[in-house]
Amino acid sequence: MDTLTDVRRSLPRAAWWAACLCVSVLVLYPLYVMLSQSLKSGAEAAENPPTMYPHQLSVDNYKALQDTGQYGIWQHVGNSLAVAGGATLLTVALATLAGYGFAKLRFRGSGVLFFIILATFMIPFQAIITPLFSILHGLGLSNTLLGLTLVYTTFQLPFGIFLMRNSFASLPAGIEEAAFIDGCGFFGAMTRVLLPVAVPGLISTALFTFFTCWNEFFAALILITDESKFTLPVTLTVLASNQLGTLNWGIMQAGVAVTAIPCIVLYLLLQRYYVAGLVAGSVK
Amino acid sequence: MTDTTSRAAASTSRAPAPKPVRGPWLTNRRRRLLTGLALVTPALAVVTVFFIVPLIMTFWMSLHDWPLLGEHRFIGLDNYRRAFKDSEWLHAIRFTLEYTLIITPVLLIVALALAFLVHRGGRAARVFQSVFFLPVVIGFAAAAYLWLYLAQPGLGPLSDLAAKLGIAGRDTNWFATATSGLLLVCLMVVWKVAGMQMVLLLSGLQSIPVEVNEAALIDGAGPWKTFRYVTVPLLRPTLALVLVFSVAGSLLAFDQFYIMTSGGPSNGTITAVYQIYRTSFINFELGYGAALSAMLMVVLAAVSALQMLLLRKTDN
Repeated sequence: MDTLTDVRRSLPRAAWWAACLCVSVLVLYPLYVMLSQSLKSGAEAAENPPTMYPHQLSVDNYKALQDTGQYGIWQHVGNSLAVAGGATLLTVALATLAGYGFAKLRFRGSGVLFFIILATFMIPFQAIITPLFSILHGLGLSNTLLGLTLVYTTFQLPFGIFLMRNSFASLPAGIEEAAFIDGCGFFGAMTRVLLPVAVPGLISTALFTFFTCWNEFFAALILITDESKFTLPVTLTVLASNQLGTLNWGIMQAGVAVTAIPCIVLYLLLQRYYVAGLVAGSVK
Repeated sequence: MTDTTSRAAASTSRAPAPKPVRGPWLTNRRRRLLTGLALVTPALAVVTVFFIVPLIMTFWMSLHDWPLLGEHRFIGLDNYRRAFKDSEWLHAIRFTLEYTLIITPVLLIVALALAFLVHRGGRAARVFQSVFFLPVVIGFAAAAYLWLYLAQPGLGPLSDLAAKLGIAGRDTNWFATATSGLLLVCLMVVWKVAGMQMVLLLSGLQSIPVEVNEAALIDGAGPWKTFRYVTVPLLRPTLALVLVFSVAGSLLAFDQFYIMTSGGPSNGTITAVYQIYRTSFINFELGYGAALSAMLMVVLAAVSALQMLLLRKTDN
C-alpha cells in the first residue's frame, strides 16, 4: 500500500515538473531568440534558415544602433528615461499628497473628488487622444517630452492615488495624532511617521508608473512627431522602416533588447512589490 | 426645496458669523478642509486639464467638421450619421469584436491552466510563476517586433519550426492573409498577457480556504467535480474581473496590429482604435475622429459599468 501511494505521489510530481519546464521553454524561447539574434554578426543574422545560436558572438548590432536613424540610440534611451522617470516622480509626489488627503482628511466633498479622479480609470486615453492632441497644441506642449510626461502622469495618477490612499488608510489614526502631540508639524509627521509605513505602496506606484511609461507606444507615436524626441518603443519603428526591404533583423532585435532588458532586470529585482501592487490595484 | 435652501442658508450664515459655537472643533474642521484641498489640488489640476477637459471636448469636437488647420464648423450629428454608414469603420468595429471574442477565452483558459500549475506548489512553483510572468513586463511594442521577426518568412525561427513540422512552407508569409496574421497576433498576445491573468487568478485561488476543497474530496467528489462545483463558483468574482480586464484591453487593441500587420492586408486587420488613429492623425479629420472616439467610449463605459457592478457583488 505504501509504495502504491508513493508512486501515485511521485508520478504527478514528475509530470508537474515536465509541464512546468515545457511552459518555461515556450515562454523563454522568444526572449532567447531576441538575445541570440542581437548577438549574431550582420551576415549571420540574415541567414536563411536561421542559425540556432550565434556561431560568432558579436556586439556589432548594438554598436550599429548608434548609427541607425538620425540620432543615436542613447538619445532615445535618454528620452525614455526622462519621460518615464519624470512621470514616475510626478505621479509618486502627487499621489502621495492626494492619497494622504483622501485617506486622513475626510473633508467635505472629498468623496466626490475621489470619485472624479477614479473615473479616469474607466476611460482610457486612447478614447480622448484627439482632443488631447489639440489641448497640448494649445498649451504649446505639442511635440514636447514635457507634454508626454504630463499626459502619462494624468493616466497613472488614479492608480497611484488609489494605492497610496489605501496605504495611508490602513494606518491607525492615532499615529499622526501622536506625532502632532510630540511636536511634529504636518510635514514632520508625513516624512518621519507616515511615509516609512507607506513605502511598499510607494514602490508599487513608482514601479508601475515607470514600466507603463517606459513601454507606452500609442500616445508617444501620436504626440511626438520629431524623431529627436522619440522614446524607445517608437524608435523601434525607425529601426524597422529605415532600411525597408533589406531590414537588418540583428539591429532590430538589439533595439528590442535595449527596450526590454531594463524592464526584465527591474522586475527581477523588485518583483515582490510589482505583483503585490498588481493584485491590490485590480481587486480594488 | 425650502427645507434645503433654509438649511443651506443656515450653514452659510453660521460659517462667517459664528456666535457661541466658536470652538476649536470648528477651526479644526476648517483647517482640515483647507489642508485637504491643498493636498488634493495638484493632482486634481492635472486630471482636470488632461482628462476632464479633453473628455468634454471629445463630444464637442464630434459635432464639428474640425480639420487640423483652418476653421471648424458646427455640423450637428452629421459625423455620427456618417459613422453608421462608413464601411471602413463598421469593418474595424467588427474586426475588433472578432479579435476580442477569439482572444478572451483562449487567454483565460491558458491563464487558468498556468495558475493551477503553480498554485500551492512550494518554492519551485514560485520560481516558475516568476518565469511565466516575465513577458508581461516587456512592452507591447517590443514584444510585437520580437514576434514579427519570429514569424518572418524564411528568416524567422517560427517559420523554420513550421517548415520542420510540415505545417507550412519555410517561405510562407504569415502576414499575407488577415486570418493567419490575426492568428500570429493572438499567439503573441497570449505569450505576453497570460502571465498577468495568471497572477490575478492566483490571488483568487489563494482566497479559497484549503478545507473547502478537502471537504469536497472527502465527500467523494472527484477532482473534476471539485473544480466544477467548488472552485469555479468560489473563483467567480476573480474570473469576472479578469474577463472584464481582458475585454476592455482587447477592445482598445492597437500596438500589436499597427506593428505586426500594419492593419493589412487590404485593411483587413484595422481595429477601432487604429481607425480612430487613421482618421484623426493620418487624414486629419479631427471632428470625425472625435465622433468615432465617442462611440468607442460608450462601449467602454458599458464594460466599465459592468465591472463596477461585478465589483460591488464581490464586496457583499
